[in-house]
Amino acid sequence: MNTTPKGLHPRVGLFVTCLVDLFRPSVGFAAVKLLEDAGCVVEAPGAQTCCGQPAHNSGDKSSTRAVARRVIETFENYDAVVAPSGSCAGMIRHHYPGLFPDDETWCKRAEALASKTFELVSYLTDELSVTAVDANYEGVVTYHDGCAGLRELGVREQPRRLLKSVNRLEVRELSGAEVCCGFGGTFCIKYPDISIRMVSDKVADIIATDAETLLAGDLGCLLNIAGRLSRQGRHIKVRHVAEVLADMVNGPAIGERKSPKRAG
Amino acid sequence: MNVKGGRARIMRSLRRGLKRDEVSAEIRVQLTARLAEPKCNLVPARSDKTADARVALFTKMAESVQASVLRVPDASQVPNAIAHYLADNNLPSDFVMAPDKTLDVYPWTKCPLLNIRRGKAVDADQVSVTAAEMGFAETGTLMLTSDATRPSTLNFLPENHIVVLRANRIAGGYEEGWRLLRKNGGPNFMPRTVNMITGPSRTGDIEQTMQLGAHGPRRLHIIIVED
Amino acid sequence: MQPTSHDFVARARKSLDEEGLQEALARFRTGFTVKRAEAAARMPEFEALRDAAVEIKTHTIDHLDFYLEHFADKVEDSGGKVHWCVTPEEARQTVLDICRAVNAKSATKSKSMIGEEIALNPFLEENGIEPIETDLGEYIVQLAGEYPSHIIAPAVHKTKDEVADLFYDRHKKHGATKRLDEVDELVDEARAMLRQRFIAADVGITGANFLVAETGTTAIVTNEGNGDLTQILPRVHIVLATIEKVIPTLEDMSTVLRVLARSATGQEFSAYTTLSTGPKRQGDLDGPDQFHVILLDNGRSKILDSEFREALRCIKCGACMNHCPVYGSIGGHAYGWVYPGPIGAVLTPHLVGLEEARHLPNASTFCGRCEEVCPMRIPLPDLMRRWREHEFVDRLLPPRYRLGLVLWSWFVRRPGAYRMAIVVARTALRLLGGRKGRIQNLPFGRGWTLGRDMPAPEGGSFHRQWRRR
Repeated sequence: MNTTPKGLHPRVGLFVTCLVDLFRPSVGFAAVKLLEDAGCVVEAPGAQTCCGQPAHNSGDKSSTRAVARRVIETFENYDAVVAPSGSCAGMIRHHYPGLFPDDETWCKRAEALASKTFELVSYLTDELSVTAVDANYEGVVTYHDGCAGLRELGVREQPRRLLKSVNRLEVRELSGAEVCCGFGGTFCIKYPDISIRMVSDKVADIIATDAETLLAGDLGCLLNIAGRLSRQGRHIKVRHVAEVLADMVNGPAIGERKSPKRAG
Repeated sequence: MNVKGGRARIMRSLRRGLKRDEVSAEIRVQLTARLAEPKCNLVPARSDKTADARVALFTKMAESVQASVLRVPDASQVPNAIAHYLADNNLPSDFVMAPDKTLDVYPWTKCPLLNIRRGKAVDADQVSVTAAEMGFAETGTLMLTSDATRPSTLNFLPENHIVVLRANRIAGGYEEGWRLLRKNGGPNFMPRTVNMITGPSRTGDIEQTMQLGAHGPRRLHIIIVED
Repeated sequence: MQPTSHDFVARARKSLDEEGLQEALARFRTGFTVKRAEAAARMPEFEALRDAAVEIKTHTIDHLDFYLEHFADKVEDSGGKVHWCVTPEEARQTVLDICRAVNAKSATKSKSMIGEEIALNPFLEENGIEPIETDLGEYIVQLAGEYPSHIIAPAVHKTKDEVADLFYDRHKKHGATKRLDEVDELVDEARAMLRQRFIAADVGITGANFLVAETGTTAIVTNEGNGDLTQILPRVHIVLATIEKVIPTLEDMSTVLRVLARSATGQEFSAYTTLSTGPKRQGDLDGPDQFHVILLDNGRSKILDSEFREALRCIKCGACMNHCPVYGSIGGHAYGWVYPGPIGAVLTPHLVGLEEARHLPNASTFCGRCEEVCPMRIPLPDLMRRWREHEFVDRLLPPRYRLGLVLWSWFVRRPGAYRMAIVVARTALRLLGGRKGRIQNLPFGRGWTLGRDMPAPEGGSFHRQWRRR
C-alpha cells in the first residue's frame, strides 16, 4: 500500500454478501486483504446472511425489516461496515433508514449503521485515502458499473483510479458502461427474455472493446455477464474488481472452464 | 354536462387528499400575492449579458436551430434586405405582411417591386412578414404576440416566415417578456396568443431524422435592426 | 383503449423478435440519451433548475385546489369556458357536445396523451365526427391503426421503410402515385395531405403542457406547427388537460420549460411554445371564436391522496423511457396501454387497476437511470417498489414467488439453519455443474439458464473458510 493513514486502524465488519459466500468466497478474501493492507482490523461476523434486498424488491416490507434488524444488531458496533458490492452497501446505506418510519429507535439505529456502511473500493479511496494498490495484471480490462453502486453510492471513478495503479494493466472504457446488465435480482428469473436481451447487449459492448477481462464490483452483475459469455462460447475472463486489486488472480475466473481438455 | 357539479366534486376529491378544507384565509392571502407579484426563479447566467453580447448570442442560438439571421444597421435597410432574401431564395416578390403599425416605419415604397398585402395569411401565401415583440438571447427565441394588427396565421401558414426584430428588443431570458407584457397590459395583460418561436418548423418523428418544414414554415429569416 | 398490460410477457417476447421494431429501437437507444446529456452539459444551472422545478411543482400540488380554481376563473375572465370532468366518459361527452353545437364534421388534433387516455378518437368516429391526427408521429400511427408507443415520439417504433410502405398504401386514394424513399419526401407528403384538413376543420383539439393559474393561459410545447394550425384555424379550440398540469405563474412556467425540452429531446427550446388565453378578441383577423378548457381528474386526485403523490410532478417529457433499458429492449406497445416506460409503470396501475397492470412495476431492475434523468426528480423506482408492496399485501403475487419468499425469509433470519442450507445448495450446484464447472439447466431457475450458464460455486463457503483462519 502506498498510503496508510497514520494511526488509523478501523475495526471493520465485512459484509460478505450472500452471493460471495455461496458462489465465490475468494472475493471476500480479496476484500479482507485490501482492507488489512490499508490498516483495518477485519472481522466477518458469523451471524450475517443477507442484506434483505430480495424481500425489499418483492414488496415484503415485514421480512425486510426483520432481516434489517438482524443486520443492524450484528454490525452496529463496528467502526465501519464494508461490502464488496454496490447493491448490498446501497441497500443498507440508502434504504435501511426508510424502513422504520414508525419506530424512532430502530430508525436511529438504521441511520447510524447506514452512515458507516460503504462499498469496498470507494471505502478504500474515499475514507482511507488509498491512492494505489500493489498488484500486477497483464492485459486489457474493461469495467461495468453496477447500477446501485453508481447511482445510489456514486461509485464510478474510484475503481478506475485504483485499476490504473495496477502494474501492466490497461483499462479500456466500455461503451454504455452505465447501462444495466439485466440482472436486477429476481428480474432475471421473472422476465428472462428481457433480461437475456439486456445482457446480450452488454456482452456485445464488452466484445467490442477487445478486452480480455471484464471487471465489476457486484457479483450479481458478474454472474449474469459471465453466464451469458459462457453460453455464447466466449472466453473473456470475468472477475470481481477486488480480486485484481488484491493481486489474487491465481484461481479461475468466474465460470472459467475446468475442462481437462483445455490446452496449456 | 353539469359544469358546477364537476368543479365541486373535484375540489372535494382534492381536499380529501390534501387533508384539509379550503386553504385558510392567511394562506389564501399569500398565494394570491404570489400570483399578483410573480417572482423570478433562477435565470441562467447565460442570459445576463450586455446589449451587444445579447445580440451576438441571440444570433448564434437562432442560427444553431436553422433560422437565418441578418443584422442591418438601420430601418432604411429592411425592405431591401427582404427583397434580396426573396431573390436569393427564388421566391416571388409577393408577400403578406401584418397590419402591425411598427412595420409602417420601414420605407417600403423604396422597393416598388415588392408586392405587399396587409392582413392575415391564407393558404396560397408563400411568404409572410411580421414583427417580433421581443427576442430572447438565451435560446434565440422570438416572442410574437397577437392582436387586431398581428394575426397569428402569418407565423404558421406560409412556408417562408420573415421576422423583423429591433436589436433593443433582444432581452436575455423569457422573464423579461412577461415583465413587458404586464407593464403594457393592465389586469388582463395576456394577448390571445403568444408564440415563442425558435427556428423553423421541424420533426424528428421518422427515425429521429430531423426534417424542417413539418407543418409550419420551412424557413425562418430574422432581420435584426440595430439602430 | 382497452388495456392489454396483463399480456405484458407475451407482448414483450413478441417485441423482442420484431425485426423492424428492434431496428428502430437500436437507433432510438443512442439518440435522445446523447442529446439530453449534451443539452444538460451546455447549461451549468441545469441541476439547480431541476431543483427549482421540483419546488414549484411540489408547492403547486400542495395547493392544487386554490391554483386550479384561480386558473378556471381567469379562463372565464378572458372569454373562455371551463368544463370540470371527473371521468373519461364525462370528458368525451363534453367534447362531443361542443362539436355538435357547431355541427362539426371534422376535428384536427395535435398530440394529446389525455385524448388517448379517454379513448376520444373512436368515440368521435362513432358519433359521426372525423378526428384527424396532425402531429406527424400521431398521423402515422393513426394511419396504421395503432396507438402511440412513446409519449412524445409516437411513431418511434417504426422504421422509415415501414412509414414509406404505409404512406404508399394509404395515400393512393388521395392521388399519391409512387412509393417514396427519403425522410424529407415523406414529411412533405404528410404536410400536403394534412394541409387542407387543417383549413377545413371545424374544431381543433390540443392538449396542454401547462395551465397557468396567474393568467388563465394554456401552453403547448411542440416542434411542427401543427398544434398552432390546429388552434388558430378552426372556429372552436378545445384544450384537454388533466388537473395536475396547473402551474402558478409565467415565471414558474419558464423555469419548468427550461428543463422540459432539454430532458425530452435535448433541444434548448422547442420550435413552438404557444401560450393561448381565451378566444378571438375584438378586431382579431384570425383565431377561434370559442375557447374551451376541459379539466379532467381521471384519478389524479386519488393519486394525490396516496403515497404516489410525487408522480403528479410528471411533465410528460419522456426522458425516463428514453433511458430505460427495458423500454429500450421492448418498445412502448408491450406495456399495453397509453403510458409506457417507468412513468407508465407507476401511473398505469392507478388508471386501469393493479391486477391488470401488475407486470409493469415488476418488469424493472431498479437500475435508477429513470430517476437520474427525470427533470422533476420523481423517485420512480421507489414508486414502482410501492406497487410491489401493494401486490404483496393484496396477495396478487403468483403463489410460487410468495412461497419462495417465505422460505428464503425463514432461513435468512436463522444463521445456523442458513449455513446448513448453503452447504446443501452449494453441493447441489457443484454436482449440477459437473466437470466443466457450469450449469446449463437450473431447476427453479429456468429463467436464468434459458440464455445463460450458471457458474458453479467455487468451493467452501466464505464463512466456513473464515472460521478456519
